Amino acid sequence: MHHAFTLSGETLHALPSGALYWPAARLLCVSDLHLGKSERLARRGGALLPPYETRETLHRLEAEIDRTAPATVICLGDSFDDLAAVRGLEEEARLRLARLMAGRAWTWIEGNHDAGPVEIGGTHRAQMTLGPLTFRHIADKGETAEVSGHYHPKLRLKGAARPCFLLDADRLILPAFGLYTGGLSADDPALAALLHPPALAILTGPRALPVPLPVR
Amino acid sequence: MPLPAPLTDWFAAKGWTLHPHQQAMLDRSANPATLLIAPTGGGKTLAGFLPTLAELGKTPPNGLHTLYISPLKALTADIRRNLRTPVEGASLPIRIEDRTGDTSYTQRRRQRADPPHILLTTPESLALLLSYEDAPKIFSSLQRVVIDELHALAESKRGDQLMLLLSRLESLSPGLRRIGLSATVEDPPALARYMSPTTCDILQADPGPDPDIAMLETDAPPPWSGGGGRYAMRAILDEVRRHRTTLIFHNTRAQAELFFHDLWLQNDDGLPIGIHHGSLAREQRERVEAAMAEGKLRAVVCTGSLDLGIDWGDVDLVIQVGAPKNVKRLVQRIGRANHRYNAPSKALILPANRFEVVECRAALDAVRDHTLDGEPRGPGPRDVLCQHILMTAASGPFDANDLFTEVNRTGPYAALTRPQFDACLDFCATGGYALRAYDKWQRLQEKNGRWQLRDPRSAALIRQNLGTIIDTETLKVRLKNRFGGTPLGEVEEGFASTLTPGDTFLIGGEIVRYEGLREMTVEVTRQPGRDPKVATFNGTKFATSTLLTQRILELFQQDSWPDLPTHTAQWLALQRDVSRLPQPDRLLVESFPHDGREHLCVYGFAGRNAMQTLALLVTKRMEEQGLAPLGFVATDYATLIWGLDPVTDAAPLFDLAKLREGLETWLGGNAVMKRTFRATAIIAGLIERSHQGRRKTGRQATFSSDILYDTLRKYDPDHLLLQVTREEAERGLVDFSRIEDMLARVEGRIDLIRLPRVTPLAAPLFLEPGRIPVHGTGRERMVEEAARRLMEEAGLA
Repeated sequence: MHHAFTLSGETLHALPSGALYWPAARLLCVSDLHLGKSERLARRGGALLPPYETRETLHRLEAEIDRTAPATVICLGDSFDDLAAVRGLEEEARLRLARLMAGRAWTWIEGNHDAGPVEIGGTHRAQMTLGPLTFRHIADKGETAEVSGHYHPKLRLKGAARPCFLLDADRLILPAFGLYTGGLSADDPALAALLHPPALAILTGPRALPVPLPVR
Repeated sequence: MPLPAPLTDWFAAKGWTLHPHQQAMLDRSANPATLLIAPTGGGKTLAGFLPTLAELGKTPPNGLHTLYISPLKALTADIRRNLRTPVEGASLPIRIEDRTGDTSYTQRRRQRADPPHILLTTPESLALLLSYEDAPKIFSSLQRVVIDELHALAESKRGDQLMLLLSRLESLSPGLRRIGLSATVEDPPALARYMSPTTCDILQADPGPDPDIAMLETDAPPPWSGGGGRYAMRAILDEVRRHRTTLIFHNTRAQAELFFHDLWLQNDDGLPIGIHHGSLAREQRERVEAAMAEGKLRAVVCTGSLDLGIDWGDVDLVIQVGAPKNVKRLVQRIGRANHRYNAPSKALILPANRFEVVECRAALDAVRDHTLDGEPRGPGPRDVLCQHILMTAASGPFDANDLFTEVNRTGPYAALTRPQFDACLDFCATGGYALRAYDKWQRLQEKNGRWQLRDPRSAALIRQNLGTIIDTETLKVRLKNRFGGTPLGEVEEGFASTLTPGDTFLIGGEIVRYEGLREMTVEVTRQPGRDPKVATFNGTKFATSTLLTQRILELFQQDSWPDLPTHTAQWLALQRDVSRLPQPDRLLVESFPHDGREHLCVYGFAGRNAMQTLALLVTKRMEEQGLAPLGFVATDYATLIWGLDPVTDAAPLFDLAKLREGLETWLGGNAVMKRTFRATAIIAGLIERSHQGRRKTGRQATFSSDILYDTLRKYDPDHLLLQVTREEAERGLVDFSRIEDMLARVEGRIDLIRLPRVTPLAAPLFLEPGRIPVHGTGRERMVEEAARRLMEEAGLA
């Protein structure tokens, strides 16, 4: 079950998967897919991870697209682990991505990992404004009405840490949608500096659960 | 065949005469295979070598004649000394050398070029020798092989590997004769078939007098829970004082450490007492072994590292602290006292807690009745076969038909089918279906009908990964100083990662302070007098054997318990009063509220591992029924589960078909299965334990093996290594076979009793460490509840 809230007067849904849905705009937004992470690690001579996490992430994205049937999809940066990861993407993953993109407006927002356009279709933007909301990869402290990603926020409640959305009156920060991504605790000073009370964390999991911040 | 005259003269001069079984071994020296079963101290090893000494005679020809294989490096050194005494005493020109991981590089090279008459080694070092191209030359003159402590080797994959190596040896040296030496075992013919399936003679030596063994009773009753037996320190010190040399056995290294520390706090007379276990640095262990051999120690606190036959001289008392879990092991430990033939061994057994009083009583009864436990062995594991195939390829090209024949004539692999063999060969060649896109796992190719390495350089990597012992990844601990520091021992990497500078822990009986990590070494300083944070060594947690649990259940059925100390007899009587005592052919399940949670106590008596698995599977079933379980704890005899709602109908929770389904689907993602897979993947050569001398840390290996495991489960569920992992899960850490046995015995006779409060038998479980949380709707409900409360408090709901 999603959690509904408003940001700059717009009603938004935080989905339990970590994706954001904006019903009035029929817009789905996901952040930090990190497709191709295992290939990058393998190229760098690190642990040899099979490339299946890309399939898994695309599978979850496909499920959200099927459920919400969005007209617009925004991938909020760090969609690919690096540019080589795009080229290294398996044929199967490319086809699957192309199928998901067909018939809808698809925007890749530029992240710190995937700087530069990718040869995979869709529109490429540094940031994007729709109605009152601005979508960018890394939150800008001076801005308001902003939706961003980058930090992979997580929150520990009753012993288990889960990826979470972070929300205050001015901005929403999305959790990472990709697998194998680490995370930054919601009480980290870097995140605390961006959020002003009263702020909420919205936990992902079987259902989206709002929790006030900071958790004492 | 007669012994050479100088040797018989020397024996006569020493006043030695051969034991009957030693003479019998000489008489049977032409046998292709002989299994000798003799108690500790029966001159077993010498009996194994007598045919060799007879054949070598006064003028031994050059070349390797006999290979001796033992499970312990320390044992090879010990045997070399013991064997050289008569050989040198009789001035026989026989060269005896050992070859283990500790042997120097130059010595090992020389041994390959010019082997001794008798080479003493371990299965791992033999595997390495056989992986060289010159193996046929080294072994061309080999006549005999002697396997010591066969019963111990046969309990693990090391034995399976050794049997494959012997078959290889037999191809290189036709007519090879085998001798197996073993302590008392429950099923000698099965062990004989294991060593040599076609023909094997069994020779049983006189077992000697019955041991003098009793429970060590103390004034104060043992505690309700926990291990280590520290409550009985005074009584133990008294026993040490009364005897010449005492061995104090513990079941885990951590307990041995804690016990040793407390012992010294109470050792007012300053009795010389040492500690010996597998996590201590080799230098430390050698010092204790030397002091022991010189008779300088009054007692040694030890673990399984002293289980096998090293000669300790004058031990006159063995104390087993904690329930022995297994009668066979107890008998072998008792045998460490009075290492002389035909003298009774003296032993005391100390229960560490109230329940163990019952278990110790059952074990004593079993020893008195001469019943031994043992589980029938399954077929040889295929991960070991994969390693053997790779090892064979490292030594040179091979013909698949020949190798199959060779494998098939071993005991453990006698039932292996050709398709199973081919699947292993395919795995070695390609990595299996889901992994065939990776060059890394494309290792063998067929050329002109013979299989060989695709890249000859990979032989080095295969050699580095030989062996079937999978250690928990450990880090060395050293005292911090300018010169590198004294090595103290090892701790598990997982434990080391929880340390922050300033933390204290126990190692080698001292309290040390963690200073930092330097190049995979834990640096510490001495810190006497602080309360330690205990090191979690890889504590071998044995599961109590089927035989023992069965005897405990039978003991429960007595009307009264005159054989048990009063405190324990009263405890059992109280349980019978307020609830019931568990019965052999029924399953007792108690349900009661306590501390705001509902509890379910299942008395399955299936051993720790199976009870843990049962808890995992039953909580899964409870989850499906909306009973919101929150966690559980398991011991050898029971499982305690707590949750939000009470169980009102127990039968559906124990539906075998449903439990098995849970094992396939849900337990598949469990950490225990991943650990099992990791060991299998290392043995089969899918992942490496070391890479070109660069050590891969345990966490890295675990990380990539976990991901490989998840990947294979998803995309190649029939992958060979997953099949092997599932087979292991039936026994070992998952031990599902014992759950099946238990449910078959119970046949649906499940008694669910609802009680108002905790029962006497369940009470100790609340003090048991190792509580495991269940992540499901129960926890989800608590997280939701916590989130809702926080929102309300913040005025946001």
